[in-house]
Amino acid sequence: MKKGNFFLYTGAVIVCIVLLLVIVGFFWTPYSTTEMDGSNKTQPPSISHLLGTDNFGRDIFSRVLEGAGTSCLVAVSVIAIGCGLGIVIGGLCGYYGGLPDLLLTRICDAITAFPSILLALVILSLLDNGMVNIILVLGLLFVPSFARVVRAEFSRCRGLNYVKSVRLMGAGDLRIMVFHILPNTRQVLMPALAIGFNNAILSEASMSFLGLGIQPPNASLGSMLSDSQIYLQSAPWYALGVGGVMVLLILGFGLMTEGLQRYGERD
Amino acid sequence: MKRSFLAVFLVAALLACLLCGCREATNSGNGTSDGTTLSSGQRAENNEIIVGIAQDLDDCLDPNLSTAAGTREVMFNVFEGLVKPDSTGDYVCAVASDYDVTDGGLTYVFTLRDNVVFHNGETCTPEDILSSFQICADTTVNSTVAAALSVVADMVIQDGTFTITLQEPNPDFLSIIANVYILPEGYENQATAPVGTGPFRFVSRSIQENIVLERNEAYYGQCAYLSKVTYKIYEDANALFTALNSGALDLVAHLTSDQVDNLSNGYQVLEGTMNLVQAMYLNHNVKPFDDVRVRQALCYAVDVDAMLDLTADGHGTKLGSSMYPAFTKYFEASLADRYPHDVEKAKTLLAEAGYPDGFSFTITVPSNYTPHVNTAIVLAEQLKAVGINAGIQQVDWNTWVSEVYGGRDFEATVVGFDASTLNAGSLLARWVSNNGKNMINFNNPEYDAAFAAARGALNDEEQTAQYKKCLEILSETAANVYLQDLADFVAINPRLEGFKFYPLYVMDMSLVRYTQS
Amino acid sequence: MKTILKKLIALIITLFMVSVLAFLAFQIIPGDPTTKMLGTEATPDAIAALRSELGLDRPVMTRYFDWLGSFLSGDMGISYSYRTPVGEMIAQKLPVTALLTLLSFLFTVGLSIPLGTLAGSVRSKLLDRCITVTDQILMSVPPFFLGILACYLCGIVLKLFTPGGYVSLENDFWGCVGYLVFPALSIAIPRAAMTVKMLRSSIYKELRQDYVRTAQSRGAGRWSILFRHVLKNALIPVITFLAVSMAEILTGSIIVEQVFTVPGIGRLLLASIGSRDFPVVQAIVVLLATWIVVVNYLADLLNLLVDPRIRRK
Repeated sequence: MKKGNFFLYTGAVIVCIVLLLVIVGFFWTPYSTTEMDGSNKTQPPSISHLLGTDNFGRDIFSRVLEGAGTSCLVAVSVIAIGCGLGIVIGGLCGYYGGLPDLLLTRICDAITAFPSILLALVILSLLDNGMVNIILVLGLLFVPSFARVVRAEFSRCRGLNYVKSVRLMGAGDLRIMVFHILPNTRQVLMPALAIGFNNAILSEASMSFLGLGIQPPNASLGSMLSDSQIYLQSAPWYALGVGGVMVLLILGFGLMTEGLQRYGERD
Repeated sequence: MKRSFLAVFLVAALLACLLCGCREATNSGNGTSDGTTLSSGQRAENNEIIVGIAQDLDDCLDPNLSTAAGTREVMFNVFEGLVKPDSTGDYVCAVASDYDVTDGGLTYVFTLRDNVVFHNGETCTPEDILSSFQICADTTVNSTVAAALSVVADMVIQDGTFTITLQEPNPDFLSIIANVYILPEGYENQATAPVGTGPFRFVSRSIQENIVLERNEAYYGQCAYLSKVTYKIYEDANALFTALNSGALDLVAHLTSDQVDNLSNGYQVLEGTMNLVQAMYLNHNVKPFDDVRVRQALCYAVDVDAMLDLTADGHGTKLGSSMYPAFTKYFEASLADRYPHDVEKAKTLLAEAGYPDGFSFTITVPSNYTPHVNTAIVLAEQLKAVGINAGIQQVDWNTWVSEVYGGRDFEATVVGFDASTLNAGSLLARWVSNNGKNMINFNNPEYDAAFAAARGALNDEEQTAQYKKCLEILSETAANVYLQDLADFVAINPRLEGFKFYPLYVMDMSLVRYTQS
Repeated sequence: MKTILKKLIALIITLFMVSVLAFLAFQIIPGDPTTKMLGTEATPDAIAALRSELGLDRPVMTRYFDWLGSFLSGDMGISYSYRTPVGEMIAQKLPVTALLTLLSFLFTVGLSIPLGTLAGSVRSKLLDRCITVTDQILMSVPPFFLGILACYLCGIVLKLFTPGGYVSLENDFWGCVGYLVFPALSIAIPRAAMTVKMLRSSIYKELRQDYVRTAQSRGAGRWSILFRHVLKNALIPVITFLAVSMAEILTGSIIVEQVFTVPGIGRLLLASIGSRDFPVVQAIVVLLATWIVVVNYLADLLNLLVDPRIRRK
């Protein structure tokens, strides 16, 4: 067994478990995530309620499943938008350079200069905080971080000999960018993706924690964590369960990228 | 040689880091003994307390210009009018030592005390009283007070008495008098360093951190027991709870039943009511809420008892109209049972109104009020049973004020309305069709007539009857889905006593004291 | 020298963009500050009067340049909700956040450099896995969750500090530091874990460079190589990362201040956003952004200074 694979496998196992739960959670949860039961409030964990029930008598485990699903959905969409646009913008800027490059780099710098939570907060108060808006806003805010690494890689590769020789052989700009340079960004893009996913989950959770993300009665890990605070002493499993799932979500991908990175290091 | 040097460097870095952590950790133990945060025992020794409040006093502190209920709650201890409310809902003498109403309710004569001293050391003179009334009439942002003062015909100072003559009688005028705070004439810094006559004087404030009051030693009446009260501000409900639970605070009001259930520090818990009308307010200009049958269907569909069980373990008082029980004169408990929980009846009414399959709407709710948010979540769930799909939109308080309250741009909202003065009129005036605060666009000529009759009534009995009629109309037409007067829990250090609930949104600190042990 | 100048110009352009973005963002926000200031019972006349008093009725461009001009001269305007100069309010809160950031940064550096070096030089597979997995777990814990746990464990159970019993900085410096240790750790631990990961990977790469093999063949010891050659080179990307961390730490403190009720810039900012107190929000946003841009600039310079390879380019 290769050294790098341990992390890859461990991460993959965690990711698979979480994803399985999330996907199951999309179609089926043990209980309704919104149905309330006054006679079953704040129950401790049991066979019927794996993580107990919350202050409305709702099954916490079901809600954690839904919340994790929401978090994943938001994070994946955010990364898709951020990375997609980031590659296009960063690639073009890095490859062609010039004034547009300078301008876009400055705008990216200006955007990254704001704490992303703050910007999201400001923009969301403008748009109403629905899930689609959260995804759009966070997605756009994540563009600069991807654009930056892609740009650096493109502008580095542009001057390298192999690109020059491909160009001499008559390859067009688009072909060079897509087939010759883009694959090379894999190395820098992978950690950026991992960190991006991590940040996207965190940003959504933070906003929901502050009450500005996903709206009740829909479950979200951040808002559940915020709700769970007053039950820390009487029902610690509430906060620990929610927090634990949040950690697992990030941990799985973190370990996988670590594994991939180690694999890369060995080459 | 070099190897050992580097190893030493590494170890030293680690150690430094650890030591740093340890030293600072021990410091935190010592720090509490000589910092602002005294331990509970030291606070008792110094005869001072720390009160946790959930919002900053975010307006300027000038009593005529401040609007937030939270500001009034604290500054109640600093400012007084000629009379002031007491815990039973009556008005007692404050800066005036006696008063008399004559001339069929047109003339109010106040006998002034001669030993009233402002917090800045100046004696309160009759001129101060006169100027206070003038300044209040000119600058107050409270439209009820401004409107009442605009019909004052004459104000006269004579031989230690202050006489106000009205153009028309106003049975609620004493509550207006209590809202005209007596301030020193010509003092300009009320906004930042307020000066009044109350049992506590303002010492300092630190934005979003705290506000400090100290006992007014020169108070004309019974001096306050505590020598110092520090209000600490916690805008996050969970942070407030954590601080309370850790013993950093002596008194916190407006807690939810969930919070007091989870309190583990042995504090005593007192239960009162919030004194507000919590309801799902419906915008009558928006379809389908223009149809009385739809509104009644909502009332039948909502199970208030179950909602109370879920949100507050059954605490709270059911209401059936825009009046809460503290107004014993007007409150009718029976109105709360007009619309018992009845899903079938709700469905029938919806079908009659043309919505056999229900409909969708959005409940806008201010995010900083956990009880309202929780209520909205439960209501949305209950309405599903009759096929109505209610979404929830949380907005910050400011957006709520400008868009829902001011702009009337909403479908339904869950909030509570309180009475700014101790009279029923301030709760009912807003539903008059042309009232600027009628955010639900309630338009009922019968109601307008009844309210006008109540305002013009010459005696108390007639006025009470008319106000009751107003309440009956609101209930009958299901103007809103009336819910409850929320239970108000106060957690208090067991060594303190004397806390009293008021029928207004105020906290009287002058009565609180440490028990002699 | 030319590079430094070029970067300085870029810095100024970025700052200009920041100010434009910050200003515009608050012009398009819904909700009128005047309704908040005058309460629910204000008359339309009073609102109009206040709007003109605050200059809200003038065109956006005029307001922007007025604001920028006075901002540069140190006048950040008057808070809508407190009617006190914004500069004063910020000056009151800044030391607390600065202290919190500094502590968090010290913890981050203090924890990550020794641990990262250790992680990078470990040869045992098992130990490496343990370190890496622990590191990954710590990286995955959101600061506010860590904060909640710290409040509960260190505060309520172990009674090391009183959650919510913030000790004011002016009254008791060490008491305040003692309180801030816990929020600082909540912020620092995930950051430190990330830095450890970076440093480990960086050291790992360096250890496989040719010069290491050369040194080895000359008979240099393992630790000597690590500290004399490898660490110096391996730290270069980490320094940049740490500098950028300063920005992340500030962002993290916005939420963690909320959990620990530390009356710093973060709480002022959130409260001001809630109350539509534009002048305060604008000032804080611009200050934070400036801080971040400047820190990044300095990190670049630092990079030039320590890495001769970049300098030569």
